[in-house]
Amino acid sequence: MIETLTYEFVATQSVEHRSHVGVVASGNCEILLEPAADGRSAVVVRTSVNGFGGTWQAVLGRFFARNPVAVQIEINDFGATPAVVALRLEQALESAQ
Amino acid sequence: MNLAWNTRRRRKQERLARISGLVRDGRFAASDAATVLQELIEPGDRVCLEGDNQKQADFLSRALATLDPARVHDLHLLISVIGRPEHIALFERGIASQVDFSYSGPQSLRLAQQVADGRVRIGAIHTYLELFARYFVDLTPDIALIAADEADAAGNLYTGPNTEETPTIAEATAFRDGIVIVQVNRIVDRCTRVDIPGDWVDLVVVADKPYEIEPLFTRDPELIDDVQVLMAMLVLRGIYERHRVRSLNHGIGFDTAAIELILPTYGERLGLRGEVCTHWVLNPHPTLIPAIESGWVRSVHCYGGELGMERYVAARPDIFFTGRDGSLRSNRAFCQAAGLYATDLFIGSTLQIDRDANSSTATLGRIAGFGGAPNLGSDPRGRRHSSVPWLEMTSSDEEVRRGRKIVVQLVETFQESGVPTFVERLDAVELGRSAGLPLAPVMIYGDDVTHVVTEEGVAYLYRARDIDERRAALAAIAGVTKIGLGADEGRTQALRSSGVVAFPEDLGVRRNEANRTLLAARSVRDLVEWSGGLYDPPKRFRSW
Repeated sequence: MIETLTYEFVATQSVEHRSHVGVVASGNCEILLEPAADGRSAVVVRTSVNGFGGTWQAVLGRFFARNPVAVQIEINDFGATPAVVALRLEQALESAQ
Repeated sequence: MNLAWNTRRRRKQERLARISGLVRDGRFAASDAATVLQELIEPGDRVCLEGDNQKQADFLSRALATLDPARVHDLHLLISVIGRPEHIALFERGIASQVDFSYSGPQSLRLAQQVADGRVRIGAIHTYLELFARYFVDLTPDIALIAADEADAAGNLYTGPNTEETPTIAEATAFRDGIVIVQVNRIVDRCTRVDIPGDWVDLVVVADKPYEIEPLFTRDPELIDDVQVLMAMLVLRGIYERHRVRSLNHGIGFDTAAIELILPTYGERLGLRGEVCTHWVLNPHPTLIPAIESGWVRSVHCYGGELGMERYVAARPDIFFTGRDGSLRSNRAFCQAAGLYATDLFIGSTLQIDRDANSSTATLGRIAGFGGAPNLGSDPRGRRHSSVPWLEMTSSDEEVRRGRKIVVQLVETFQESGVPTFVERLDAVELGRSAGLPLAPVMIYGDDVTHVVTEEGVAYLYRARDIDERRAALAAIAGVTKIGLGADEGRTQALRSSGVVAFPEDLGVRRNEANRTLLAARSVRDLVEWSGGLYDPPKRFRSW
């Protein structure tokens, strides 16, 4: 069963482009990122692994604390570790700038 | 007082006399194996069975497991690796009741059950070198059951690329009047080369089939992911380049395979060829082929061989230790000694690490041991030769000082199943207690660890001023584990400024570059190509 989680963060910076990194494969995740209106970011996570809402909150919270960018992010997860998610987020951001 | 000085020798002669009718020219028939063992072995004997990390005296162990427990019982089994089902059957059937060993990976669950049922008592879970050392002190075998490729008429043995620990066992047994029994794949007129001289050997039997052997050190590059590439980049820049590490040992995992595979790409770009990673102590890892072919590697000494690497190794005698016949000569005892005393760095992975950097792969319900890691991943305080990296590990400017080995733990903050690697308390503590062990089975003690690397960065623990700063440095790279979330942001920044912690950007490592395209080989097939067709991977690694 797929669990859907949503998060919001306060943002102060903007990005130029859309980006798309990763794939939906075992132990991996796909991230679609696009610029959003200034002031806030929204993240939707669709994951095949349930019960890790707190971990997602922590990973995303750390990312936006370091990079307060106004973006809409969609994550399609197939059991990626926090390490993979954090790396994909950084890669998506670097590609969007 | 009536002193006799040759009881062991006399007992040996008495034992051999009991089977003289079954032996011709030092050989007995495979069909007589169980009878021979039953006549030779006496209750309470210390029996050293060659269950190595790779090579298995499986014909002899199968025969041993069929003996009548009414005749042969309470054996004290000495075995470096409890790897085969019949090793456990020895306890189940009441043939052996005590064991000293190093590793039991494949049988760890069944071993734990045998201990819980009171069928076997564990002497200790040793590191390899420690176990071999005890063969020469208080655990000298009465009987050794070993394996070789070839024997000649004089009992000389050829052990092939997987010599491993056969000579060590034979020496400890033969020179204190134990009985050395060897299973061979074939009898030859003249051995390909002599790995063990015939006068160390008492009895030879041609096995029903060649000894079993496992390709344990083949890592398919296909399965290395981007995070492992990122961590490899951090190790290369943050440790190998920083400390100019030339001599080293790598563990068995995909994390270290990734390092081997980015040497010819990322490492080349950094200009590190010839500057780092020149002298190796490790098995012939197929993933090292691209670095060897690119001129990075000057020498490799091996614990054992690796299936499929025979022709490649034989074609690179400047790099590997080889016999006059051309094939690899490995030796686990010497290689462990080399890894302990002569290398500047050990790097490996673990399943759990606590806030003091103690680490263990032990999990509840399994008694697995650690093989060579505790030995290689420790600082040898007897070392008396200096090198740049070794001296860099000390900040002392005293007139009398010593350096320190670099011991690195390389871990992702979470395992694939979402289980955190950083834990408040190692499972090993509870496991040790429940198995009645006097020591918790810790793989590498935290006070030996100089660096911890995660996808978040590098903790330079050797630079920490006190235990509190050590813990803060570790927490700073522990990600969103409970320990990592306890890190104080301000303190982490201070640790980065003082060089106790480094994040990827502090080391000039770009996350966007952390990509499988950095791997010099991305499949087993690529490795075959790098080897010019000399590497011949086992079937299970061939997808083409």
